[in-house]
Amino acid sequence: MGLSGSSAALRGFRSVQRLAYECAEAVAAQLRPGVTEREAARMQREWLRERGVRDWFHLPFAWFGDRTAFAGFRVPLQFFPTNRELAPGMPFILDLAPVHGGHTADVGYSGSLGPNAVHDRLMRDLRVHRELILREVRERRPLREIYEDVERLMVRQGYHNRHRAYPFGVIAHKVDRVRERRFAPHVFGFGTQSLKGLAKDALRGHREGWSPLWSPYRFSAHPPRPGLWAVEPHLGFRGTGAKFEELLVVTDSRDEEESAFWLDDDLPHVRRWAEAEADRELAADGAQGAVQGREPEKGRVA
Amino acid sequence: MSEWGGAAVRERWVRTAGVELCVAELGDAGQPTVVLLHGYPDSKEVWAEVASRLAERFHVVLYDVRGHGRSTAPKPLKGGFTLEKLTDDFLAVADAVSPDRPVHLVGHDWGSVQGWEFTTVERTEGRIASFTSLSGPSLDHFGHWINGRLRRPTPRRAGQLLGQTAKSWYVYLLHTPVLPELAWRGPLGARWPAILRRLEKVPGDGYPTASLGDDAAHGAWLYRDNVRARLRRPRADAYAHAPVQLITPAGDAFLSPSLYDDLDRWVPQLLRRTIDARHWVPRTRPDQLAAWIGEFVLAHEDGTPVAEIVPGGAYADRFAGRLVLITGAGSGIGRATAFAFAEAGARIVAADVDAEGAATTAELCRMIGAAEAWAEAVDVADEEAMEKFAERVAASYGVVDVLVNNAGIGLSGPFLDTSAADWRRVLDVNLWGVIHGCRLFGRQMAERGQGGHIVNTASAAAYAPSRALPAYATSKAAVLMLSECLRAELAGQGIGVSAVCPGFVHTNITATTRFAGVSGDEEQRRRKSAHRWYGKRNYPAEKVAEAVLRAVARNQAVVPVTPEARGSRLLARFAPRALRAIARVEPKL
Repeated sequence: MGLSGSSAALRGFRSVQRLAYECAEAVAAQLRPGVTEREAARMQREWLRERGVRDWFHLPFAWFGDRTAFAGFRVPLQFFPTNRELAPGMPFILDLAPVHGGHTADVGYSGSLGPNAVHDRLMRDLRVHRELILREVRERRPLREIYEDVERLMVRQGYHNRHRAYPFGVIAHKVDRVRERRFAPHVFGFGTQSLKGLAKDALRGHREGWSPLWSPYRFSAHPPRPGLWAVEPHLGFRGTGAKFEELLVVTDSRDEEESAFWLDDDLPHVRRWAEAEADRELAADGAQGAVQGREPEKGRVA
Repeated sequence: MSEWGGAAVRERWVRTAGVELCVAELGDAGQPTVVLLHGYPDSKEVWAEVASRLAERFHVVLYDVRGHGRSTAPKPLKGGFTLEKLTDDFLAVADAVSPDRPVHLVGHDWGSVQGWEFTTVERTEGRIASFTSLSGPSLDHFGHWINGRLRRPTPRRAGQLLGQTAKSWYVYLLHTPVLPELAWRGPLGARWPAILRRLEKVPGDGYPTASLGDDAAHGAWLYRDNVRARLRRPRADAYAHAPVQLITPAGDAFLSPSLYDDLDRWVPQLLRRTIDARHWVPRTRPDQLAAWIGEFVLAHEDGTPVAEIVPGGAYADRFAGRLVLITGAGSGIGRATAFAFAEAGARIVAADVDAEGAATTAELCRMIGAAEAWAEAVDVADEEAMEKFAERVAASYGVVDVLVNNAGIGLSGPFLDTSAADWRRVLDVNLWGVIHGCRLFGRQMAERGQGGHIVNTASAAAYAPSRALPAYATSKAAVLMLSECLRAELAGQGIGVSAVCPGFVHTNITATTRFAGVSGDEEQRRRKSAHRWYGKRNYPAEKVAEAVLRAVARNQAVVPVTPEARGSRLLARFAPRALRAIARVEPKL
């Protein structure tokens, strides 16, 4: 897919990604103690249905407490929302993938109900992963090696790689345009249209030596393939998990900046990092100002 | 005025119905008052070590129970030692030393039995701010415990009952007339200090005092006046009206830990702690005891609920507040072990040659429950650096309670391709690192004389030979044998030594392992390949960390962790030829 020229298509993807993040923020704001994962998932579904979403890459997920770190997950069925209730201080993750106007988004939103120092630190430490992934994709490193570098960084930070718990251990998967049909059924939570697209890609990739799944396995030992990748690094630490998920655009452009970029930089987690940095700079400036403010006084005393 | 460990002791006399009690006071009378009650056969001097430590922060009060030490005995003796009369004594002392504020009570052995009585009867309500119980149950709770087990003797409960019945042999002896008095005033009294030293590992430093024979003879009436009466008809309303800290010595020869199973029923605010010691804890573990008492007292001075003092992790009753040093804590098993101890509320020293890794570990430890955590950069192979490090730790943080010698590196490749420099490096880190750790910190533990534990990370390769790991396996076999020898040497001083043999665990040791006899590129390729294989096996370091904590709690000698480590240990014992056949297989990386 020659994405580099089709800015209209990118606009479509960008708007549905924004819609998905708006949904996550709206639902997160409504979460109260006692709300269950099932209820949180339903809230996301209804919010998006009201705004015209009829098809899904996958139905919304919600994980609370130590389920954010996929503690004790062995079979894929455990990903589905349960009756686990949210309690004060608990971390949560909302993961939703609506299809709107033929464009797919797949986003992940982490938060906590009230202050949770461990969760905040995990979110803070996710930032370098976003930078690392983009840098290495631009370098056209094999996906499997990028995967291993991300994992190494997570371990160095003191955490576990929890995206390994996803089917095929993927850190990302390709998404694409989906034909809009009036009848859009889903199996095991995944939209059939999207699955069809993924299967087609898998078949074609199998012939050409690449895969739409970005995994730690040999079938991902190829350079990044042009297209849209939903990237979802997921950190876990002693019963607390945090992730972000957003679309990475990979093109066949020779220009480094153009060859890969995040679809949108105006997303909740990116804004949070920017705010934290601004706060830090402000604090540093303040300290400097205070020192400078004291110096003239010294002069007067002298 | 005399002195205990540098703290001045003020004495005074308190008169109650028919007896005069000798009361000692230490520390600033304006601070919260802590009353320490001794047991049988003891006098208030049993608390000397603990009292002098507490005196820095508290107003410490001790008294000789009637008929013991310098307090006078009631006349007649029979009927003079009932718990009601002992409660009178306590109230008289409390009113004399702290008339306006409730006191914090700490009891050991019979002092604890009394403490339970004081904490559960109505007339002391409002006079006790907290109670710390050591090796002495409430006779009423004990009575209900026995009755419950007689009424519904499931095999487990019947076993508990029989076990405690056997442990109580001395109680029956003390009920015989005259003979105990004769024995205590005669040969038993003369030999008692030596018996305590040999069986209870109590340090021989002038205690027991000269009054032992009379103390023990009078004290027999504590049993005769109370035990039968209370066990036959235990009070039904023996609920505690103050928060209780229960400290259970794991190696108590006279009381089984199951005695306290039903305690939550009687005590609304209960904090349980376990200490690795025998019966005479005030003599053998004064540092730990003083720390726990101080923490509990301060928490109740400012009204912190019990639930907020205790961390939630496994073995928190044992490791909360204890100093744990882990080498190689910047990654892998060391880091996971630090986290597990942190969740149990321990104070962590995370040491690693990689300063940044150690700092990350320490930071995360503080976030998940460690009382305190520090990072230290040190190369365990460097003798001089380790010596300075040991001094620094002792000076800044104190004597280490649990030492985990975990730092290690990997080296793979045929023996004939392994250079002398390779050998030196692997032995320096894997073996000498452990030797330095044991030598320096083990000595500190032994000199303190209050027990401790050393865990050495060996490997399944220590007993399972392999043609791929000659140098690594040799270094780990040495660590295993060193641990076993050291365990024998330090057992007498209450210091346990465990060797943990993990097996194939998914850590970054594979990413730094040296492969002898191959080119740099090939080494890189093999590292990656080994890392992927270990990733596929995916045995988490957290499970090894759990095994480390369990090994310390149970004082296990050798702990194989993964199924392959356990399997090869069985083979090494029962089918060594099979293991040798496996050793010939060259792993394909």
